Formats: sequence, structure tokens, C-alpha cells
Amino acid sequence: MELFDLPLIWAFIIGFGIIMYVLMDGFDLGVGILFPFAPSEEDRDTMMNTVAPVWDGNETWLVLSGAGLLAAFPLVYSIFLPALYIGVFLLLAGLIFRGVAFEFRFKANTSRYLWNWAFAGGSTVAAFAQGAVVGAYIQGMETANRVYVGGPLDWLTPFTVLTGFGMLAGYSLLGTTWLIMKTEGRLQDWAYKLALPLLAAVLVVFSIISVWTPFVDDMVRERWFSNLTVIWILPALTLLCAFQIYRSVRNRFEGMPFVATMGLFIFTYFGLVVSRWPYVVPPDYTLWDAASAYESQLFLLLGLLFVIPIVLAYTAWTYWVFRGKVRAGEGYH
Amino acid sequence: MELDPLILSRIQFAFVVSFHAIFPVFTIGLASYIAVLEGLAFKTGNPVWLKLSAFWTKVFAVVFGMGVVSGIVMSFQFGTNWSNFAQASANFLGPMLSYEVVTAFFLEAAFLGVLLFGRDKVPPGVHLLAAIMVAVGTFISSFWILSANSWLHTPAGVELRDGAFFITSWREAIFNPSFPYRFMHMGLASFLTGGFVVAGVSAWYLLRGREVEANKKALSMCLWLLLIIAPTQAVVGDFHGLNTLEHQPAKVAAMEGNWETSRNVPLLLFAIPDQANQTNHFEIGIPGLASLILTHEWDGEVPGLNEVAVEEQPPVALVFWSFRVMVGLGLLMIAFSAAGLILRKGGRYWRSPWFLQGLRFMSITPFIAVLAGWIVTESGRSPWLVYGMMTHAEGLTPSLTGGMALFSLIGYIVVYGLVFSAGVYYLMRVLYVGLEDTHDDDEHEVERPKRPLSATHVPFEIQHADDDMVGTAKPVNQGGH
Ligand code: HDD
Ligand code: HEM
Ligand code: HEM
Repeated sequence: MELFDLPLIWAFIIGFGIIMYVLMDGFDLGVGILFPFAPSEEDRDTMMNTVAPVWDGNETWLVLSGAGLLAAFPLVYSIFLPALYIGVFLLLAGLIFRGVAFEFRFKANTSRYLWNWAFAGGSTVAAFAQGAVVGAYIQGMETANRVYVGGPLDWLTPFTVLTGFGMLAGYSLLGTTWLIMKTEGRLQDWAYKLALPLLAAVLVVFSIISVWTPFVDDMVRERWFSNLTVIWILPALTLLCAFQIYRSVRNRFEGMPFVATMGLFIFTYFGLVVSRWPYVVPPDYTLWDAASAYESQLFLLLGLLFVIPIVLAYTAWTYWVFRGKVRAGEGYH
Repeated sequence: MELDPLILSRIQFAFVVSFHAIFPVFTIGLASYIAVLEGLAFKTGNPVWLKLSAFWTKVFAVVFGMGVVSGIVMSFQFGTNWSNFAQASANFLGPMLSYEVVTAFFLEAAFLGVLLFGRDKVPPGVHLLAAIMVAVGTFISSFWILSANSWLHTPAGVELRDGAFFITSWREAIFNPSFPYRFMHMGLASFLTGGFVVAGVSAWYLLRGREVEANKKALSMCLWLLLIIAPTQAVVGDFHGLNTLEHQPAKVAAMEGNWETSRNVPLLLFAIPDQANQTNHFEIGIPGLASLILTHEWDGEVPGLNEVAVEEQPPVALVFWSFRVMVGLGLLMIAFSAAGLILRKGGRYWRSPWFLQGLRFMSITPFIAVLAGWIVTESGRSPWLVYGMMTHAEGLTPSLTGGMALFSLIGYIVVYGLVFSAGVYYLMRVLYVGLEDTHDDDEHEVERPKRPLSATHVPFEIQHADDDMVGTAKPVNQGGH
């Protein structure tokens, strides 16, 4: 007897894991993307210090989502990863390089510039790969009999390149607004200056994606245009967030730009989810098709329900401990 | 020439998992050692224990960090290269791997920060608790992953329906027949790794006359531990082999290099297995000994490779030789721990240069033995991915081309090569600076719960005259380990 609709519960858990990952690793990847353009080496130190205490906790959401996918929706795991083979490799390589750069850069003196490049390059590659993954998801993938049958580079289309750049711009914006919140003085001024051009870039790319997406697939078009539904509230809210970013940057509010950027991401994410819901492997499989056995989902759920609250509490505590401005030369090192 | 995605994927999996395994196997042993040191410090209040604990915690931080980075790669391997296998076995493997990640995460979140950064910020009792919990956590982590792995060798508690495994009994699946042996064997292997590395490093410091008091204590402690554990490992390994004989006779036949089922089978010390002709060359063996070990009778019947079709045989030479490397090193470890006992008379164990030099060399042997052991286990399983139920070829990602597999294989080798040589180099620096590194820039160190590597304060490059080096050490590392 199946008491609960477990696949649905799992869809929420994994959806939650993914958005947590996007928001949290998003800003620290963003800081990495902006790294080479920072005004000075000292500012780079400060930038890195703003994310140093939290980045690896942020990344754990990726591992959690990945392993959770295998357990709860093996079909998604076993179609996406082969379909995105090269992208996944680039993503992992990027994450490895930036991960160790965090650790070694502060210990290095003469080889520091190498770690700068590892950090910036790793972050940029990882962000681009993630954007391309999103694009590939919207595009859908060629499957037969529950396996991926497309080619190795099917995912690489003008559309996914665009979503890749969209993600670069989006994460940079998250990174900039994070820096506005966490720094002051010259670095903050620099971040303020960057925010609006980045916002413009994000809006341009996001609008192209929004216009393009319905043409990628009939189902998506159907969902958005067949009848005017409540889901149009999502783009409306996204635009509202964009306006809020604009306004708060102009008025030099410190916290609001970051919060509004997170809102921008969240509503875009919801928009994406409703476009495809309940298909998790477009265009063929819904989340119920993709689910693992009931007892397996239940077995893991019990443990996860116990751990996730602790993880959340701990995450909150970490951010609390490191609240406030990070000043030059007074890092955590 | 056509590139074979199957072979390339197997090489890739073996490469990334071997790389990953090196780090956990060390951290598991080291975590327990640190917990013991903390316990001793707590109980006796002797600052030597604290000094040792502080030093090894630094090493632990670096190695643990590398374990995490390489572990992230592992959790995506099944999907990218073995998607059919992932889909078929997800009902079991999914929860197992997730629980491993969750455990590791939980442990990292709750206790690692306190262990690495909390020494002066929490009461000693709490710090000790954190050290114990980290040690326990590494074991829980390996519990899940080894259960998953053992299930591939001795699948139980599942039924195969429509190409996928469904759980019929969690208990039988998790505690599958080979799991207890593998868990024990791997646990002891971790202790041996921790023990021989600590012993080797202490020996090196002693050779250079650095921090004699602390290193003497550390060495003595390790030698007692190894004296118990090294022989135990051989006994456990023997039981492990008997279990394998029951469930995977072809693997044991390959380990023994035994082609024909027969009685009075010799234990081969040397041979060159020739799979094409299904025979050995240049055999040197002890008559009847293999029969005795495996059946406890001199003329007991031992199954040979002829029991399975030639295409279903594992790569015999690889299994045969890896097994000999592992067991040979195991015996060498027993010899060294026995020598340690003998040399206790007159306190020669910490003064005899040849013994200390030998220990230095021994510190890399557990890593070799562990990898050799895994090669025996895993190659001995081929052609099966899930023993008797699914072959490697069936588990492979159908869309994977040889070119892609080659691309990622080279990619991983390059990435790991760069990143991990930096890591290992840095580890050498930490070891080189040694216990004397007391310079404390911890004051402005805000409580920082994560970030393993940051627990060390050793600069990345070799320093100049302003070094924090004490004692007679010259600033150029002469090899070391
Ligand atoms: C006997 C022990 C053992 C073995 C055989 C493996 N691991 Fe492992 N793994 C650990 C013991 C461990 C550990 C000691 O628990 C680690 C080291 C660092 C850590 O956080 O936990 C770890 C880390 C670790 C992480 C990082 C978790 C994090 O974010 O903190 C992942 C994703 C995996 N492992 C996955 C795997 C997979 C998929 C394996 C095999 C196919 C595997 N490990 C073999
Ligand atoms: C941590 C130490 C481990 C090491 C050093 C190791 C080593 C290896 C090696 C050398 C192979 C290649 C065998 C061959 O193809 O002939 C292999 C295969 C494999 N191992 Fe392990 N293994 C380890 C742990 C695990 C664990 C914990 C799992 C599962 C949860 C696992 C799952 C597999 C699978 C699925 C294969 C088949 C793919 C292949 O043949 O390459 N291994 N491993
Ligand atoms: C000294 C006598 C030893 C014996 C008789 C022995 C026996 C065995 C056997 C029979 C296996 C294969 C089990 C299977 O595939 O089902 C194995 C695997 C293994 N051995 Fe050993 N071993 C010995 C020493 C060591 C030492 C010293 C180490 C490491 C420090 C080690 C590490 C491993 C590892 C990591 C594996 C693979 C994991 C596993 O299957 O447990 N062994 N050993």
C-alpha cells in the first residue's frame, strides 16, 4: 500500500536541493567569475574572504541533489549524465580547480597568480556548464526505452550556449550583489557600478531565452499560450524583482540588491519548473515514470528527514557567525 | 583502431576510485588515532599528546579535503559511464550512496569544524567528543559504501524484475554475505595505513633528531598497535578468502593461479599465468598448501578456472600478482611490527637507524597493499558487475562513444595530476615543517566551521631564512615520503 505520493515529495526535496544549490553556490561562483576584473589584488583577497567560510557547505547541496537523484529518480540520473557527459566533466573539473584554489591561494605567495586563474577559470567553466545543463533540460533529450540515445554533442546548441551565458551573467549578478552586501569602500563602489550593466545583460539574455523557449518545444508553448493562466504571475514577479534590483542599486541599499537577485532566480526557476511540469526528462518521462521503487524512496526519506533540518540549522548558524562586512586584510586567515 | 568505451570506462572508474580511495583509507585510520591522542591528552593532561594531536589534525585536514574533492567526482561516475547499471541497481545503490554522502555531510557539518578550529573555543571534553564523532563518522561512511560494494560481489535481498533490482529484504541486502569480511578487512587496512604513516613520519623525525620526546611516544604507540593489527589482518584476510571461495570460486582460482579443479593444490609463490594457453609458466610452489589454507585439509579439493567458460574468466595474471603484492606486503608489515617488539629491549626501536629507515619506507606500503587488494577484488569479479546477474558490458552507458570515454579519461588524469600533485606537495610541506610549527596566527581566526585545509598554517612554497623551522633540519626536503 502506498500511503503517500512519494515521488511528489521527492520532487519537492530535490527541487529544493537544486534551488538551494543555485542560490548559494551561485553567488560564490559569481565572485569567482568576477575575480579577474577586480580593481586590485587586495580586493581579490577580500572577495575571496567573503565566500571562503561558506562555499564548501554551498557545494554540498550539489552532491546531495546528485545522490538524491540516483536514489529517487534514477531515470533522470541515468539519462541526464550520459546526455551531458562532456558538460558534467567540465563542471566537475571546474569545481575541483576552484575548490583547491580556495585552499591553496592563501597559502601561496609566488604561485598565487596561478591559483587566481584556477579560481576564476574553474568558476566560469562550472557556471557555464550549469547554464548549459538548464538549456539542455528545456530542450529535452532523445531517448528510447528509458535510455539516452542521442549523440555526445547534442546538448551543444545555440540555445544551450545562450543559457550558458545567461547563467554566467546571472551568477555574476548574484556575486556582485553579494559583494555589495558584504564589502565596503572601493570594492563596494566597484560592485555598485557593475550591478546595473550586469542586470541589463541578465535581462537581455533572459528575455531571449523566454522568447525562444516556447519555440523549442510544443508543450511549453501550449502551457504558456493556450490560455492565459496564473503562471504569468511568475514572469511578472521576476520583472518586479529586476525593478527592485535597479531601484535598490540606484539608492545604494546594501542588502536589498542581493535579496532581489535571489528573488529573480527563484521566480525564473519556478517559471522553468512549470513550463515542463511534471516532465522530469522531457519530452517523454514524468516524475512518476522516473521514480525508483516505493520502498527505496521511503528508506532514504526517513534518514533525510532527520538530517536536512540539522543541515539547514547548521547552514543558518554558519551564515550568522560570518555575518557583517568583510574588510581588507582582516580575512578569516 | 576502434576505441572501446567499455575498456576505457573501466580504466577511468578504476583510476578515479583508486585515487579517491587513497585519501579515505588514510583519514579513517588517522581520525581514530587523533581521537585516541585527544583521549590521552584529556586523561593524563600531558602536553605531548596535545602537540601530537594538533600536528596530525593538520595532516588530517589536508587529506580529508582531498577525499571530499575526489569523492564528488565518484558520485557522478555511475551516471556518466554506467547508466544502465545505475538505473538497474538504483533501488539499492541510490539509498546506500546517498546515506554515505549524508553521513559524511552530517559529520562535516556537526563535528569536523569543532575538531579543526575549536580547540581553544570549546571545553576539552567537547573537543574530545568531536574527535571521537569524526572517527565514528568515517566508519559509518565506509559502512555504507562498503555495503554497496559488497552487494555487487555477493548480491542478496533483491530480485531482478524487468531489468531492475527490487529490494526484498533490506537487512539481507545491506548485510550481504561478503560485507562483514570486507568491512573488517578494510577497517583494519585503514588502521594499518594510519599506523604505518604515523610510524614512518615519526621515524623520519627521530632520524633527524627532531622533537624526540613526542615522536618516541608516537612511534612506541604505533608499534604496539601494529603488533596487534598486522597479524589480525592476515587472519581476517584468510576468512575473507574462505568467504570468497564460497561465493566467487573463480576469483579464488585466479588468486591461486589454479587452472584445473584438483586436490593437493600447491600454494604458488611464483608463476607467470598464461591465459591464452590456460596454464602457468615457471611455477614455484609449496605442495598442498593452498588446499590446506582453503579447505583445511592437505588434499582438499580446490576449484579451478576450468569451472567457468574461458570468456568468463577474470584477468588471471592481474589478480594473481595483485594478490601476491597485497599478501607479501601484509607479511612484511607483520615482520616489521615483530621487529619493533624485539627492538624494544634496550630502547633500540627509536635509535636503530636501519629500523627507522625501514619504517620510513614502510609508510607507503599500506597504500600499495590497499590498491592491490582492491584490484584483486574488483578485477576478480569481471566479467560481472553485479556478480552472476549483470555484466560490465550490460551496465555500460549505451550512448557512450570511445572518443568521449577517452576524452574524459585523459581529462581526469590531467586534472587529478595537477591538483593532487599540488596537494601532495603541500602535504610534504606540512610534514616537513613538523611538530615544531607553533607559530599561532589563530588569534584573528574567527570561528570557521568548515574548510579542512585552512586548519594548517604552513605556506605553500618553501620558505626562506625567516622560516619557522626549528632544529637542525635543512630547508631542502630530502625526499621524505
Ligand atoms: C572505505 C571507505 C570509502 C570507500 C571505499 C569510498 N569512500 Fe567515499 N568517502 C569516504 C569513504 C569511502 C569517507 C571517509 O567517508 C569520505 C572522505 C572525506 C569525506 O567527507 O568522507 C568520503 C567522501 C566521499 C564523498 C564526498 C562527501 C562530501 O561531500 O563530504 C562522496 C560523494 C563519496 N565519498 C562517494 C564515494 C563513492 C561513490 C565511492 C565508490 C564507488 C566511494 N566514495 C568509495
Ligand atoms: C575505494 C576503493 C575502491 C577501489 C580502489 C576500487 C578499484 C576498482 C578497480 C581497479 C576496478 C576495475 C576492475 C576491472 O575493471 O577489471 C573497479 C571496478 C568497479 N568498482 Fe571498485 N573499487 C573501490 C571501491 C568501490 C566501491 C565502494 C564501489 C561501489 C559502490 C565500487 C564499484 C565498482 C564498480 C561498479 C566497478 C565496475 C566498473 C569497472 O569494472 O570499472 N568500487 N574498482
Ligand atoms: C596478510 C594477509 C592478507 C590476506 C590473506 C588477505 C586476503 C584478502 C582477500 C582474499 C581479498 C579478496 C576478497 C574478495 O575479493 O572477495 C582481499 C582484499 C583486500 N585486501 Fe587483503 N589480505 C591480506 C593483507 C592485506 C593488507 C595488509 C591490506 C592493506 C593494508 C589489505 C587490503 C585489502 C583491500 C583494501 C582489499 C579489497 C577490499 C576487500 O575486498 O576487502 N589486505 N584481501
